Amino acid sequence: MDLIIPGSGLIIWQIIGFSILLYILAKFAWKPILSALEEREKSIEDALKSAEIARNEMANLKAENEKILQEAKIERDQMLLKATDTAKQIIEEAKEKAQQEGAKMIENAKAAIETEKLAALEEVKVQVGVLSLNIAEKLLKKNFAEDAAQKALVEELVKDLKLN
Amino acid sequence: MFRKFLCLSILLSAFMLVFSHTATAAGDEEDKTGFIMHHVKDSHEWHFATFGNTHITLPLPVIIYSSDRGLEFYMSTQFQNPETHAFGKAYAHNGYYIDEHDHLKALDEDRSFIELSITKNVAMLFIVLAIVIWIILSAASHYKKNPGQAPKGAASFIEPIVVFVRDEIALPNIGLHKYKKFTPYLLTIFFFIWFGNLLGLFPGAANLTGNIAVTATLAIFTFFVTNLNGNKDYWKHVVATPGVPVPLLLIIVPVEIIGLFTKPFALMVRLFVAITAGHIVILSFIGLIFVFESLAVGLASTVMVVFINMIELLVATIQAYVFTLFSAMYIGQAVAEHDHH
Repeated sequence: MDLIIPGSGLIIWQIIGFSILLYILAKFAWKPILSALEEREKSIEDALKSAEIARNEMANLKAENEKILQEAKIERDQMLLKATDTAKQIIEEAKEKAQQEGAKMIENAKAAIETEKLAALEEVKVQVGVLSLNIAEKLLKKNFAEDAAQKALVEELVKDLKLN
Repeated sequence: MFRKFLCLSILLSAFMLVFSHTATAAGDEEDKTGFIMHHVKDSHEWHFATFGNTHITLPLPVIIYSSDRGLEFYMSTQFQNPETHAFGKAYAHNGYYIDEHDHLKALDEDRSFIELSITKNVAMLFIVLAIVIWIILSAASHYKKNPGQAPKGAASFIEPIVVFVRDEIALPNIGLHKYKKFTPYLLTIFFFIWFGNLLGLFPGAANLTGNIAVTATLAIFTFFVTNLNGNKDYWKHVVATPGVPVPLLLIIVPVEIIGLFTKPFALMVRLFVAITAGHIVILSFIGLIFVFESLAVGLASTVMVVFINMIELLVATIQAYVFTLFSAMYIGQAVAEHDHH
């Protein structure tokens, strides 16, 4: 048979054979295969999409958690700061009050001491007066006895006075 | 990968040597290389090997249709010498004979008939069809049985190819709106040519996809698919190319009309030449062994045959791809929506 002249029989068989092949494959093979492929590709795409959404949601959730945590930390810090301040203030106030109280007490004491002192001085003055009177009395009594004795007496009295 | 490739090529080549044994039996130089054209062309019997004077052949049916006698069935053995398997006018049967060039002829020269014989290539066609249908249908059954599952077995073998044809050939060339309609055709043509090419490389196999009748038929299919689906824009381009002055149309339109036919013609010739040339080159290197009858040439030829076989495995795939790609491009041009001009 010739190389470049197509044989009629082969052409006819080829047309029949290829048509049958085309029909069988298109109907029973390519249709289910292509639709199955498409379906699978779609499901994979959907799965990827939903995974992406879930990942985004997770990221959002995480960010939110982080935010809440951050806020809580800030709040805690603020509270601690406030507490320390308050404590300091209380201590300061207590100190001040104690100081004031102490000062007042000292003042009172001072005043009392002053009063006592004044009273004591008064009494001393009275006592001095009495003593002076007594001495004067005794001097006057012994004034006329003797000079020497007088002097001795005076000295004695004065010595007594000192002792007092 | 490369090692597997090499092993396959050596295996094919080794078988090829056995099956091209015909040449050793032949005496003169003509017959030492005669087996090459005999292999490349179609034949009424399927010849596998010759040992001494014993021919191992598969007799094939000869079917003839004529208007007066209707369908007639014979066997190729009825038209040949039972010993030498030679055809000739001397072995005519019932008014028909097969000549030395394997042509079926009628003794009465004026007699008209149509030959529908199951020749070597038709038998090969049936084998290819059976294998393609078997593999693809077994793959399809996986998808029916396990919807949404990962591919397994035959399905995992064809799925990447199906995806490739759909996404790399059909989609970019035909466009998003119409590619789904033509993907089954492109897939069928790809698998048929690919399996035809690969099975044709088997020793003793027929040169099916390297036969011009087969490639012509495939090209005609693409021609009809293209032109029956051509839209208004496509035909407008052919019969009245827009934007071209009227006098020029006298030249352009015939060129466009010729172009309709040169496209499938190119498809037909490309596949025919690529596959037939490959077979001829391989067989020529084997023929060299018998022509020179020297050890050195034998070794060198065998190395070359292995090498060419490796290339042929690639060519088998590339040609299937190219035929499918060009078909997709032609279809794409016919269905393209033009919104400019």
